[in-house]
Amino acid sequence: MTAQDQALRERETSEEGPDGAAGPDGRDPFDRDALPAPKGATGALLRSLLAPRRARVALAALLLLLQQAAVQAGPLLVAYAIDRAVPALRQGDHGPVVAVAVGYGLCALGAGLFQYGFVEASARVNQDVLLDLRGRIFRHAQALSVDFHERYTSGRLISRSTTDVESLRELLSEGLQELVNVVLSFASISLILLWLDWGVGAVAVASFVPLYLLVRRYRRRASAAFSARSTAIAAVIVKFAETMNGIRPVRAFRRERSNDEAFGALNRHHERRNGDAILEMARYVVGSRLVANTAVAGMVLWGAYRVAEGTLALGVLAAAVLYMRRLYDPIDRLGMFLNAYESAAASLEKIAGLLAQRPTVPEPAVSRELPRRPARAPGREVVFEGVRFAYRTGGEVLPRFDLAIPAGQTVAVVGSTGAGKSTLAKLLARFYDPSEGRVLLDGVDLRDLSASELRRGVVMVTQEAFLFSGTVAENIAVGRPDATREEIEHAAKAIGAHDFIAALPDGYDTDVRKRGGRISAGQRQLVAFARALLADPGVLILDEATSSLDVPGERAVQRAMDTVLHGRTAVVIAHRLSTVEIADRVLVMERGRIVEDGPPERLIAGEGRFAGLHRAWRESLVG
Amino acid sequence: MPASTSAAPRPVAPKRSAVRSLLRLWPYLRPVRGRFLAAAFVAVVASCLSLVIPLVLKWMVDGPVAGRDPDGVWLGALAVLGLGVAEALLFGLRRWLVARPSTRVEASLRADLYRRLQRLPVAFHDRWASGQLLSRGTTDLSLLRMFLVFPLTFLFVNGVTVLAGFVVLLAQDWSLGLVLLLPVVPLVVGCSLFETRYSKAARRAQDQVGDLTTLVEESVLGIRVVKGFGRHRSQARAFRVLAERLRGTELRKARLLAAIWAFITTVPELAIGAALVLGTVQVADGELSAGTLVAFLSTALALRWPVESIGFLLAMSQEAATATERYFEVMDQAEETADRAPGAVATAADRAPGRDAPGGDVPGGVVFEGVTFRYPDAPEDSPPVLRGVDLRIRPGETLALVGATGSGKTTLTALVPRLYELTSGRVLLDGEDIAEMPRERLRSLVAVAFEEPTLFSASVRDNVLMGAGPEAGDAELRRALDVAQAGFVADLPRGARTEVGEQGLSLSGGQRQRLALARAVVGTPRFLVLDDPLSALDVHTEALVEAALREVLRDTTALVVAHRPSTVLLADRVALLSEGRIAAVGTHQELLRTSAEYAWLMSGTGDGKR
Repeated sequence: MTAQDQALRERETSEEGPDGAAGPDGRDPFDRDALPAPKGATGALLRSLLAPRRARVALAALLLLLQQAAVQAGPLLVAYAIDRAVPALRQGDHGPVVAVAVGYGLCALGAGLFQYGFVEASARVNQDVLLDLRGRIFRHAQALSVDFHERYTSGRLISRSTTDVESLRELLSEGLQELVNVVLSFASISLILLWLDWGVGAVAVASFVPLYLLVRRYRRRASAAFSARSTAIAAVIVKFAETMNGIRPVRAFRRERSNDEAFGALNRHHERRNGDAILEMARYVVGSRLVANTAVAGMVLWGAYRVAEGTLALGVLAAAVLYMRRLYDPIDRLGMFLNAYESAAASLEKIAGLLAQRPTVPEPAVSRELPRRPARAPGREVVFEGVRFAYRTGGEVLPRFDLAIPAGQTVAVVGSTGAGKSTLAKLLARFYDPSEGRVLLDGVDLRDLSASELRRGVVMVTQEAFLFSGTVAENIAVGRPDATREEIEHAAKAIGAHDFIAALPDGYDTDVRKRGGRISAGQRQLVAFARALLADPGVLILDEATSSLDVPGERAVQRAMDTVLHGRTAVVIAHRLSTVEIADRVLVMERGRIVEDGPPERLIAGEGRFAGLHRAWRESLVG
Repeated sequence: MPASTSAAPRPVAPKRSAVRSLLRLWPYLRPVRGRFLAAAFVAVVASCLSLVIPLVLKWMVDGPVAGRDPDGVWLGALAVLGLGVAEALLFGLRRWLVARPSTRVEASLRADLYRRLQRLPVAFHDRWASGQLLSRGTTDLSLLRMFLVFPLTFLFVNGVTVLAGFVVLLAQDWSLGLVLLLPVVPLVVGCSLFETRYSKAARRAQDQVGDLTTLVEESVLGIRVVKGFGRHRSQARAFRVLAERLRGTELRKARLLAAIWAFITTVPELAIGAALVLGTVQVADGELSAGTLVAFLSTALALRWPVESIGFLLAMSQEAATATERYFEVMDQAEETADRAPGAVATAADRAPGRDAPGGDVPGGVVFEGVTFRYPDAPEDSPPVLRGVDLRIRPGETLALVGATGSGKTTLTALVPRLYELTSGRVLLDGEDIAEMPRERLRSLVAVAFEEPTLFSASVRDNVLMGAGPEAGDAELRRALDVAQAGFVADLPRGARTEVGEQGLSLSGGQRQRLALARAVVGTPRFLVLDDPLSALDVHTEALVEAALREVLRDTTALVVAHRPSTVLLADRVALLSEGRIAAVGTHQELLRTSAEYAWLMSGTGDGKR
C-alpha cells in the first residue's frame, strides 16, 4: 500500500506526464501534482526556513570565507618565497623564510580547522532546516481536513515529505557549499589575479562571459533532459510498486512474463533518458573545460611575455599560474549545483503549494467547551439544523434537512450505496462542514469545538480499520494514549477481541506488522472497535464497522453493544441489517434524503422500503 | 502512538568488506568492461596531461622567460593551449564512453531485481514492505550507477595520477619529493578509521529514514483514524522524536566527514609548506633552479585534488557498498522452488516418479491430503496454521469453507494456486500433485478472487480479461461483468475502457470486489477459488450476484470461503475448518443439525465453541 502511494506520487511528480498534458485548462487543480502556490511563496518559504538560523548561516559563511582565505594564501606565499626569501637568504637573512614556514603552516592548520568548522556549522543549519521543514509539512498535513486528503492522494503527500524534502537536502548539503565555494573562489582569485597583474586578471574576468553563456545554455537543456528522466523513472516506479503490492494476483493470474516485458520497456526508456541527461552534463564539462584551459593559455602567454619583457617578477608569474589552475577547478561542480538547484526549486514550489492549503474544517479561534456530562447521563444530543451539503467540486449530496437525535438513542442508517449515509456520518464526525446550516452537539456548534474537545464528544469507526506499526495494545491505545493495560484489555474484552489477541504469539504485545498483515480483516475491525470504546465518546459512529466480521463476530459485537452503547448516542451504518435489531430508530436514506424514519418494529410492520429490505435480509440469513 | 518501530525486516547479513560487496557487481559490469577500461585509460591520460603542463611552465620560466625570448613564450603558450584542449576533449570522451554503459548496467540490475521479485515466494513479500523493495530498485541502484561512473574510475585514476605525480616530483627533486611522501601513512590510517565509522553511521541513517517514512506513510494512510480520535498532536510528537533522532545521526555523519576532510586538507598542505621552505633554501643555495621550484609546487598543487578527493570517493564507495548489500539481500533469496528454469519445468511433472496417472480410478476434483502448513517465517515451535487437512472437492462441485475468524481459511485457499509451499502433505488437482505441476499451468487452471480486491493500473477491460487467455474478447468480458453484476461499468466515463487502479479512477470497495470477481470467472477456469467474494456488497446486489454466480458454479470445481449463510448457499457441500483441521463436511442443513460449532458460526447463537 505505502509504496503504491509512493509510486503514484512519483508519477505525479513529473508534470509532463501523458495524463498531465492531456487535461483541458481550468480543470480541478488537484489533478495536478503541484497545487497553485501564491506568487513568491517558494522564496518566502525558503527565507522563513533560513531566517531563524541567520546567525548560524553567517557563521558558516564566515568560516568558509576564512577557509578559502587560508587556502588561497598558499600561492601568495610561494611568490613571496621566490621573490623575497630567496634573495634574503642569499644575504644571510633567515627572517623571510621563517615567516614563509610559519605562514604556510598556519594556513594549512587554519584551512583544516575552518574546513571542519564550516562543515559542522553548515550541517547543523541544514539539519535544522530539514527538521523544521519536515515538521511543518507533517503538522500541516495532519491539520488539513479529510476532504483535502481525499482529493490529494496519500501518495503525493508522502512524496512531499520524502523525496521533495530529500531534494532540498541535496541542495543544502552539497549544492550550496559548492555554490559558495564557486562564487568565493571565482571572486577572490579574480581579485588576486587583478592585483598581481591587471592583464592576467583581465583575461580571467573575460573568460567569465563565455562561461556564463555556457551555464545558461546548459541550464535550459539540462532541465528538459532531467524532467524527461524524472517522468521516465516515475513510470518505472509505478509499475514496480504496483507489481509488488499486487503480488498475489500477479502470481495467480500469471502476469510475470507480460510484466517483465512491460517493465523492461519502461526501464529501457528510462535508461535512454538517463543517458541523455548524463551526456548533457558531459557536453557542459567539455565546453567549460575548453574555455577554462584556453583562458589559462592566454594568461600564461601574457604573464610570461611580461616577465620576459622584465615588467613582471618571476614569483608573481608563478603565483598567477598556480591561481589560474585553481580558478577553474570548481567549474564542473557548478553543473552539479545547477542540477541540485533545479530539482530543489521544483520541490520547494510543490511544498509551498501544499503549505498554502488551508484546512476546510478549521479549528476555531476561540473554542467552546461541551457542557459537562453527568456520570449517569445517557450520551449527548445531536441536532442537524437546516443542514445542506455539497462537495466543492459540485453536485448536491445532501439536500437541506433537519434531524434531531436525542441523547442515548441508537440510530441505524440504511440505504443503498451512494445514498448519502457516509456523508451524514462524516458531517457528524466533522470530517466535513455543512455547506449550509449547523450540526449541534448538546447545543454547541461542532465548528466551535477544539479538536480534542470534539473527539471527547464524537468518535467514528470506519470500514477500513487501519492499523499502525506497533503492538496490538498500542493500536488500541490510539483511542486514549494514557490508558492503562487493564483498560485496554477491558475494551478488547468488551468487544470480543480478547480471545484472538491473547492467542497471538505475544498477546497484546504482538507487533502487527511483523506478522505480515496476517491479522485478518475481521480481526482488524475488532481492534478498531476496541480503540473506539477506549476513547469513551459521548457519540459513537459506526460506518460499516463490522462488514468483514463473521456471523459470531458480528453477534458478539452486537451483544457487546448493549453494554457498550449504554450511556452513549450511537449512529450505526450497515449493509447487514442485523445491526438494526439493537437500534431504537431507523433512518432509510435514498439519494441524499431521509425517506423513512421510525422505530424498527413499526417500519418492518409497514410496507415501506425498509420492510422490503428487511425481508430480503431475513431470507438471506436462513438457509 | 504506536509508530516507533520499523516495519522493515533488517536481516543481519554477514558483514562483508566494502570491496567484497562491490565485487559482486562484476557480472553486470562484464559486458561493458571494454568501455569502462577505455574510459579509465582516457582519464589517466587526461590527468597525466595536466601534470605535463607544469613541466612546460618550467621550461618557459627557465628558458624563454629567463632568456627574454618572446617567440619561445609564444611556443610555450601554444603548448599549454594544446594540452588544455586535449585535456578538455579527453574529459568529454571519458564521460561519453561511460554514459550509456553505466545506465545500461543500472537498467539491467533493475530488470533483474524486478524479475527476481516477481518470482520470489509470496511469503517473502509478506515480510518485506514494498517501500523497502522500491528503495532498493531506485535510490540504491542510482547510487550504484554513480559509483561506477565516479568513484570506481577515479579511485583508480587518482591513484595512478598521484603515483605518476610522485614520479615527476621525485624526478625533479628527490629530497623535496620525499617530504611530500611523508603524509601518506597518516592519510591511509585516517581514511581506514573513517571508513568503518562512516559506513556504520550511513547505514543507521538509511534505516532511520525508513522509519520516518513509515511514520509519514502511516499517518497519511490512517488519516481518518488520526482525525477520528483527534490524535494529530501525539502523531506530531512521535514524528518529532524520529526526525530528531535522524538529525542526530546526520550530524554525526557530518562531523565524521568534516574531520576526514579537514585531515585530508591539512596534512598534505603541511607537507607542501615544508617542501616550499626547503625548496626556497635550496634555490637560495643555488642547488635548485627557480623554474624547477615553480614546476614542483605547481605539480604538488595539481595533486591536491586527487588526494583530497579520496575522502569523498571513499564515502561514496562505502555508500555504494551498502547499497550493493541491500540489493543482494533481495537477490540472494531463493526463488519459488522448481520453477527456476521455465523450460525444464514443463516436463517436471511428467518425469516426477509416482505420479498418479490421469484417468483410471484416480479421484478427480481437488484433493487435500494431510495438508500441514506453517508460515515460513513463523518460529519452528509454533503450532502450524493447518494441521493435517484432508478434504475432497468432487469435479464440478462447489464446496464452501467455513470457519471461525483466524482459523486458516484464507491460508488454505492460497495453497491451491501454490502461493505458499506446503509444510507437508499434498494437494491434487484432478489427480495431479500441484507440487509437481509447472506453476504456469497450475495457475492457468485455477482462478482466484482474493479477499483484498486488487486492481492494476489499466482499463476495466484489461483488468478483467487478465483472468482469461489471450483469445478472450468482448463477449467474455460482457458475460463476466454480468455475472458480477458490474453494471456500473457502463456508467464510467469511458465504459470498460476507463482506467482504474492506482493511476485511474478510484472505485468503491464493492465495485472493486465485483471486478475482481469478474476477473476470476472470465476465463471459465476449471478450478475456482473465491475468498469471501461478496463481503462488501449490499444485500440487494449480493442476491443478484449469487443468482448469476450459481450458473457459473454449476460446472466449475470451486472452493468458496464463506462467512454468511447466503454465501454458503452457493455451495453443494460445506466443510468446517476448525483449529487447523476439517472438523466436518456435509450439506448446510446436515451441518446445522450435527455441528454445534457450525450452527454457531452461521447463526451466532448457541455455544459452538465449547
